Amino acid sequence: MRTRVALFLATLLSAFVVVLGMGAGPASADGESIFGFLFQIKKSERVAYEGVKVQVKGPGGFSQSTTSDKTGRWTVEVPGKGTYTVTVDDKTLPKNVNLRDPSKKSLKVPVLVGQDKPVLFPLGKSTRKITSKWNQAAQLTAEGLRFGLIVALAAVGLSLIFGTTGLTNFAHGELVTFGAMTTWWVSTGKVPFLPDFGGLQFFPAAIIALLLCGAFGWANDAGLWKPLRRRGTGLIAAMIVSIGLGIFLRYFFLYLFSGVTRSYPDYRGAKGIDFGPISLAAVDYWSMAVAVIVLAATILALVRTRIGKATRAVADNPALAAASGIDVDRVIRVVWVVGAMLAGLAGVLLGLAQGVNFQMGFQILLLIFAAVTLGGLGTAYGALVGSIVVGMFISVITLWVPVELKNIGALGILIVILLVRPQGILGRAQRVG
Amino acid sequence: MDWTRIIVNALEASVGLQTVVFALAAIGLNVHFGYTGLLNFGQSGFLAVAAYGMAVTVSSFDLPLWLGIIIGLAAAVLLALLLGIPTLRLRADYLAIVTIASAEIIRLTVRSVTFQDTFGGSDGRQAFAGDFYAINPFPIGNYNIGSFGFSERQMWVLSVGWSLVALSCLIVFLLMRSPWGRVLKAIREDEDAVRSLGKNVYAYKMQSLVIGGVLGCLGGFIYGLGQASIQPDIFGTDTTFFAYTILILGGAARVAAPVVGAAIFWVLLSLTDNILNEAINAGYVSNSVINSTQVGQFRFMLVGLLLMLLMIFRPQGIFGDRREIALDAR
Repeated sequence: MRTRVALFLATLLSAFVVVLGMGAGPASADGESIFGFLFQIKKSERVAYEGVKVQVKGPGGFSQSTTSDKTGRWTVEVPGKGTYTVTVDDKTLPKNVNLRDPSKKSLKVPVLVGQDKPVLFPLGKSTRKITSKWNQAAQLTAEGLRFGLIVALAAVGLSLIFGTTGLTNFAHGELVTFGAMTTWWVSTGKVPFLPDFGGLQFFPAAIIALLLCGAFGWANDAGLWKPLRRRGTGLIAAMIVSIGLGIFLRYFFLYLFSGVTRSYPDYRGAKGIDFGPISLAAVDYWSMAVAVIVLAATILALVRTRIGKATRAVADNPALAAASGIDVDRVIRVVWVVGAMLAGLAGVLLGLAQGVNFQMGFQILLLIFAAVTLGGLGTAYGALVGSIVVGMFISVITLWVPVELKNIGALGILIVILLVRPQGILGRAQRVG
Repeated sequence: MDWTRIIVNALEASVGLQTVVFALAAIGLNVHFGYTGLLNFGQSGFLAVAAYGMAVTVSSFDLPLWLGIIIGLAAAVLLALLLGIPTLRLRADYLAIVTIASAEIIRLTVRSVTFQDTFGGSDGRQAFAGDFYAINPFPIGNYNIGSFGFSERQMWVLSVGWSLVALSCLIVFLLMRSPWGRVLKAIREDEDAVRSLGKNVYAYKMQSLVIGGVLGCLGGFIYGLGQASIQPDIFGTDTTFFAYTILILGGAARVAAPVVGAAIFWVLLSLTDNILNEAINAGYVSNSVINSTQVGQFRFMLVGLLLMLLMIFRPQGIFGDRREIALDAR
């Protein structure tokens, strides 16, 4: 039975040479050992390789070599628990059989007390693509642009709210998460506290989610921020309130959504479409298009429409705007609704790109701050430019720095910008005290 | 419901390791935010550099623990200088963003795979507290009154921790009574007025940042020694905001406020955790409403709510004076 399971798994991993089978062979009674099988699945036939040399080195100068038997199996009894280095001698492999990843011919494996540790060396054609630096740079720039546009949606909202009310909203990331999560809920039909209704297509679900985001932004302002403004709460107090709100919402989302990352049911494992050296999924192209259209519409609305002009007037000088007959509270309400919808859209698109989880918004919050600061606090265009710069920057620097360190780069530029030009690229110097 | 256990746990929390650690972190914040009006959102970074300075020295480089503690302290001072030199001239909310970003940079660096050999990645560092427990004066055994009590290791780390808390409070008390402390408070109230009197505001702010950072970083040492291990993610932004909640709960700009705040805060969290868990086990609360893994999430929701409500309705906390809180942007 075990062998059959092993064979089934091996078939699944077709063309791998796999070392399989917890207990697939005779294990030593109590001591520890490391073992594996060297074989490849060719046309669902298992081809084992005999006489391949494997060396195991370990703590205390332990070193032992062995060769694989007829079934491709090799076993090395080791003296105890610890970390061992297992090296397969690829010269003893038959010609035209190679490791799939030639850089992985040595593996470090931890062995626990009493464990028979299986070790895997995938064999077969090399799957590693060799791409030139330029092609990689093009691909990363495209990915960076996509991410930058998503950040821009959230950043424009944050910047508008800051501009009109002076609030540095630490709960803005939660608006992003809210957009992504409601889309997931509506598209799967598993809305908390409601009976399962089977779910909608992605598009109507996203639109319903955005409307809910708008309502959420309205509720934020009507329920919390407007009363606080009425009381004359200071800006720093309001900022700390937004931190509290952010923590509360984030863990409330965790309670409702649980800690896993999920993707929208309609968009799982989309294929790449090549465009020169750039390969993005179709959904990436249209999510970029949606972001561009919405951002353009927002900027246009700010420049052309009455409410847009009123918004800029309030951002410039609320008292003067009020004196010239602008209903400041109404403008702020509109800004909250629009800002929350923009953030929600950012969440929907971010969910398409990387899946939905409870802290996705919080994870990009500092990047949003970096973008807004880079562009200049309180200016919508600045936020847009800053976001795209930040998005591309953190994507392209992965050419030189490990992916996990890219956010450090973004936070680094945030700090540098605040030091050398605190008003940002497009900001005006007198904003900074 | 086992009320004895709930109450014993709450009592232990009131003097336990978390209370000590967060009391120290909040004492440091009190110097920054309470007395000087500096909005430092990167307090967890000070705890992190201290704890990692100590742990890495011992476990990665095999050097003695006392040297590790000196390196940790030096790292905290260095961090304060690095943060302060460029940012102290900036507006309050800018300082907040720079400090939170710096703390995140520190956390992301120490948890990265790239530097795993030095910092241990997301597993952090272990096996550095041996020297500390080797000089434990408490003989092996349990020190209990009824079922309330601690092991000899806990007794040792808590005695050291509470001594540090007492010492820090004394330092803050003496400093803030001095002319130097009055200048800090004056900076909080009106920076320009202080400047017009010929005081170097920038230097005072820097001194405040260093002293608060060093006091706060003691919490990092105590945490590392108490747990005998450190992980990067305990130094996330939540830690900083917990410390803020504690400080505001106690009352900013009061010497003993962080200590009382920390004790109340952790008792409150212990009570909600334990009461919820007991209620779930006893079947009073249905598993569909909340299960035992979700109890920890309620703790965070509660903290968020507490921070909001305090800030809105009682920004001066329990002991503070509303007129003494630096809450207006300048």
